[in-house]
Amino acid sequence: MIMAALEKEGVELVFGFPGGAVLPLYDALYDAPLKHLLFRHEQAAVHAADGYARVTGKPGVVFATSGPGATNLVTGIANAYMDSVPLVLITGQVASPFIGTDAFQEADITGITLPITKHNYLVKSAEDLPGILAEAFYIASTGRRGPVLIDIPKDVFDQEAYFNYNKECHIPGYNPTYTGHAGQISRAVKAIRDAHRPVIFGGGGLIRSGASSALRQLAEEAQIPVILTLMGLGAYPGDGELFLGMPGMHGCVTANYALTEADLIIAAGVRFDDRVTGKLETFAQNAKIIHIDIDPAEIGKNVLIDIPIVGDVRQVLEELLRKLKPGNTAKWLKQIKTWQNKYPIPTGVTGPDSALKPQFVIRELSRLSDDNTLVATDVGQHQMWCAQHFNVRKPCSFLTSGGLGTMGYGFPAAIGARLAAPESRVICITGDGSFQMNIQELATVVNNRFDMTIALINNGYLGMVRQWQDIFFNKRYSHTALEGSPDFVKVAEAYGARAIRAVNDKEATAAVEEAFATKGPVLIDFIVEPEENVYPMVAPNRPINEIITGGEY
Amino acid sequence: MKHILAILVENKPGALTRISGLFSRRGFNIENIAVGETVTPGIARMTITVESSEKVIEQVVKQLHKLINVIKVSNLSNEPSVTRELMLIKVRAETGSRSDIQQIVETFRGKVVDVSPDSMIIEVTGNDDKLEAIKLLLNHFGIKEIVRTGKVALLRGSKVTREA
Repeated sequence: MIMAALEKEGVELVFGFPGGAVLPLYDALYDAPLKHLLFRHEQAAVHAADGYARVTGKPGVVFATSGPGATNLVTGIANAYMDSVPLVLITGQVASPFIGTDAFQEADITGITLPITKHNYLVKSAEDLPGILAEAFYIASTGRRGPVLIDIPKDVFDQEAYFNYNKECHIPGYNPTYTGHAGQISRAVKAIRDAHRPVIFGGGGLIRSGASSALRQLAEEAQIPVILTLMGLGAYPGDGELFLGMPGMHGCVTANYALTEADLIIAAGVRFDDRVTGKLETFAQNAKIIHIDIDPAEIGKNVLIDIPIVGDVRQVLEELLRKLKPGNTAKWLKQIKTWQNKYPIPTGVTGPDSALKPQFVIRELSRLSDDNTLVATDVGQHQMWCAQHFNVRKPCSFLTSGGLGTMGYGFPAAIGARLAAPESRVICITGDGSFQMNIQELATVVNNRFDMTIALINNGYLGMVRQWQDIFFNKRYSHTALEGSPDFVKVAEAYGARAIRAVNDKEATAAVEEAFATKGPVLIDFIVEPEENVYPMVAPNRPINEIITGGEY
Repeated sequence: MKHILAILVENKPGALTRISGLFSRRGFNIENIAVGETVTPGIARMTITVESSEKVIEQVVKQLHKLINVIKVSNLSNEPSVTRELMLIKVRAETGSRSDIQQIVETFRGKVVDVSPDSMIIEVTGNDDKLEAIKLLLNHFGIKEIVRTGKVALLRGSKVTREA
């Protein structure tokens, strides 16, 4: 029955890990036309499904067993929830008579995941299963996307029931708004016409709703510069004429100045996260703010909004375009050019004997990539360098853990991306800290001979935490040096992957070229400057125009 | 300011946990809560009293709306409404003080629902002020135990809070 439902939903691929409570499910899978990818840890399976969902836009489907299988999903589910990624997770549960008795491998996973799922279900009877499965896919993939978990007791798998599957479901308490309010859109049009210093401030909502071309049109027709959050990267080309970069804590100086000086902010699919706004009281004090979002709860949550528009970002932008009256922004764009020339993204100070710079590595990876490249990053310094230096050219091509900041996300997410887009090049950019959180999946990529470049930015530290200790804790490096890490080249080789080490610029370039030309997984261990910091930087809860430049300007 | 929210919710397992969990998770404070069936089968009505600012209550209502089982949320404090709560009080009642207690109960239009050699249970219904007032008076005799239902409320007039 579950297999038939998945087929009806167009699911081709499932990510998972078997166990006692899902034996009947895996037995059904044995004969099903579905593909299943086996991981070495359930957390990796969720992250991979998440990566797959971000690239395809379709819900990623995960199977896991009861108890520890289910609890191992938790980080991955929270990650998907924070970044609004559609997932349908099916977990096994102990048989109904044993629920609540602390049975072997029992965990109350619907209770545990209540705050990190869009919705979840504990199935009481097989009769309910078709309705619940249809609702789960519907809820996960509509409105503000998110993960939905279905917990199925082992005896329910064995029950027989009539299979009546109806994809169209009516849920009385769930009715997302897609079309923006016409009156508010007219007010937005007027505000754009009258603005002298407007900026578009876009986020993950642009990507999820497929709003890139509408965004591009709006920016170009009205000559409004574009700022994208970490989650929004790719919605406008990274080398586009009007692109100012990422704002916030490690954002471009120009983006932060532009937000501070703007008289109109067109916020589209963003949630005004603290990493972006800095000190809220000082954020964009001069600006009128238009906020377009599909989730009404995001509007006015952190920042006061002048023109709220609840709706699907793409639909609202398209409606806005139909009525658009461009203002005059020439003087503003000139001011922005001046900032851009004065404050480029710092590439790191180099001397004749200096070690390999992580910024250089990212730039080389970017330079040697084409438009058809998917990048998955982990979390920390390398993630910020990627956001700053990798030219993200297309939407859905930059996968990163934005909201939760999950170390260990990147490598499995790259596996999901690999399966989602067989024609694309896939690069996982990770750090020596993050990579060790899901290093076991080397087995998965080798076993399946996935073409993939794993670019390991190896600085021997938990770099971002070390950077904060450097700046805010008087260089007291408490437990951030990763002593005892393995030789990553040998580890990769032990799993059967090709591996290269690069310690200088020349080797780095050659390694990237070689990896890109090689079939199968290749790991490059880039030994980089250990104490390189990410700049520019804004201290937490400070105004975003109060920038620490690290002596680069 | 005190807000009274009426929430219509699909009567499904875990619905109450979802709502109370949302309050604690987002740092909203529930003052009291009452749950019961409605005229529509399968739909329960919760009345939740929250002490919060306008900005916070707006966020509370929006977050409640996001829960899939929640069908409707209305803030009854924005309009004239009737609010009631039922309280049972077990009060010390020696033979000499019973008639005094009886008199107070009558003044507050309450009822004596149980009598034992040294105590009485009194049932009284009303709004906050009334319940506080009788509590204060009975305190004089010695209150042994109190239990309250939490507030329930309806809009005045013919307007209703309905699921559709």
